[in-house]
Amino acid sequence: MTTLQESAPSKPLRQPVFGIGTIAVVAGLIAAFAVPVLADDYWLSSIIIPMVIMGLAGIGLNLLMGYTGLVSIGSAAFMSIGAFSTYNLLLRAPFLPLPVVLILAGLIAAIAGVIFGLPALRIKGFYLSASTLGAQFFFEWLFTNFSWFSNDSQSLTISAPRLQILDYDLQSATGRYYLVIATTALLIALAFAIVKSRVGREWMAIRDMDVAASVIGIRVAHRKLLSFGISSFFLGIAGALWAFGYLGTADAHAFNLDKSFQILFIVIIGGVATIFGNFLGAAFIVLTPILLDRLSLVIDLSFLGDQGALANLQHIIFGTIIIVLLIKEPDGLSSLIKRGVAALRPQARSSG
Amino acid sequence: MSYFFETLVSGLFAGVMYSLVAIGFVLIYKASGVFNFAQGAMLLFSALTFVTLTEKGMPFALAFIVTSLVMVVIAILIEWLVLRPLRNRDPLTLFMATLGLSYVIEGFAQLLMGMDVHMLDLGIPDVAVQVGGIYVSQFDIIASLIALTLVATLAIAFNKTRMGISLRAVAADTLAAQSIGIRLPVIWRIVWSVAGIVALVAGLVWGSRQGVQYSLSLVTLKALPVLIIGGFSSIPGAIAGGLLVGATEALADIYVGPLVNGSVSTWFAYILAVGFLLIRPAGLFGDREIERV
Repeated sequence: MTTLQESAPSKPLRQPVFGIGTIAVVAGLIAAFAVPVLADDYWLSSIIIPMVIMGLAGIGLNLLMGYTGLVSIGSAAFMSIGAFSTYNLLLRAPFLPLPVVLILAGLIAAIAGVIFGLPALRIKGFYLSASTLGAQFFFEWLFTNFSWFSNDSQSLTISAPRLQILDYDLQSATGRYYLVIATTALLIALAFAIVKSRVGREWMAIRDMDVAASVIGIRVAHRKLLSFGISSFFLGIAGALWAFGYLGTADAHAFNLDKSFQILFIVIIGGVATIFGNFLGAAFIVLTPILLDRLSLVIDLSFLGDQGALANLQHIIFGTIIIVLLIKEPDGLSSLIKRGVAALRPQARSSG
Repeated sequence: MSYFFETLVSGLFAGVMYSLVAIGFVLIYKASGVFNFAQGAMLLFSALTFVTLTEKGMPFALAFIVTSLVMVVIAILIEWLVLRPLRNRDPLTLFMATLGLSYVIEGFAQLLMGMDVHMLDLGIPDVAVQVGGIYVSQFDIIASLIALTLVATLAIAFNKTRMGISLRAVAADTLAAQSIGIRLPVIWRIVWSVAGIVALVAGLVWGSRQGVQYSLSLVTLKALPVLIIGGFSSIPGAIAGGLLVGATEALADIYVGPLVNGSVSTWFAYILAVGFLLIRPAGLFGDREIERV
């Protein structure tokens, strides 16, 4: 976790304009936008959309945890801030277009992130978990106890008031998918830009040893807070998408401690200090319960008892996989795939 | 004013219960530098095992011994399957591993013993007695006595027995301890076993209070601010932190809660802990770490 693998540029600095990377990106985008043609509504709404959003949330935490080395176990709190901000902005400022609202919601989450990141200036490691865990419980409490945030609705839930861009309605499964995938694609690009920039490299220096980083002149305090802010910006937007792009109706408990742990697991399973790895982790988190459900239809698992037993089995499997991954594959699924690709192309193996 | 004191005292007793959970963390942290997130799961597992055994008609003392043995077996398994392959890895990785471990233990606990809420009667009457003009629950007094006995036993074991001294050597300097022939895996097994038995005691006290159920594992989360205030590596710190958290939480709930329409006890302790950290980053009794470049 404290290795500095990502920082070494493995590609030549000067690249042709239409390099293999550009082609891959374009192909990826075309494939992403063609998904609704191939997948039906069930796949879109129940599998692909949550997978993409959770992957995005994973990027948010990974920027903080993987790149800057600051652990947060309150990621879901910042998602809930994004969701509730989006709801209130759409409701109370109806003239704002959706993209602006999403950005504002992300910024509000970022401010909260910076505030709860302030203790990181004095403390680190596990001690920091108190602050982020505090955020987790504080915001769940705030959004449950003050009904203003949910427009005084009796059930304290918020539901998507309107999802449209330039009169184009996004309420259908396909529409919501396009909203999610377009937002995510932009944020992936942003994440790469940040990670490859000076800021990203300074984050990694802080992660590897913050005392050393400060000695070589990195403004450690400033960079740590920036990391909290940017991480929360990503999480906030992911939260807004989770509430309105996936759930449709949400309350504060949709962003509970379990969600925070899920995001943490996405980062561990996918790979610390990766961007695309988060989507592998998210796929794992979203698909495993579905697979186990399907499996219980095929194989007779009735000896386990009821649905609750299945949930417990899931917990055991999740936990075991996390431990096994930490032991055998500390860099996550993405490094497994990276090595697989490298093995297929022996001549292109890089020294990094 | 007597209302204030009653709140304060009941808060302090709640704090003793927090300390009981926190001690399990401190033991493991001292010996292996691991922040053991699975302590709550161990608490749930041990309490569930105990309740299941007594419901099957096993007498109290025997059930306690059998459950303790089960916790020892679990400790040995954890050392063998999780800690040994992960030795020399950074504390963060180990913390994540215990997070995974807590999922596994919780899953097994509920898969094997069901998800129902079990009532646990330790035979301690929960009646209020008057002490010095204020009413105190008899249960609270006995629970604190149990906690005190446990702490005293641990203190004696740490300071007087050979095993305790080796453990303190490991806590002070792992490498030096190994080089004079202290076997680390043995120490780990013992410490995790002791932490498992501490979890059992804490689980019984908490379980008889709120029923043996899943939410028992969540008391771990309340132990975190306690540890932070007291310092991760100090048993007296765990006690002091527990008392401080219990008392301020109870008072804040009564005096701050009404101002912000609702109970603040879900998050107050964390904010308190963070505020505390800003003043004393190593907690009340924790060891200050010195970093070298």
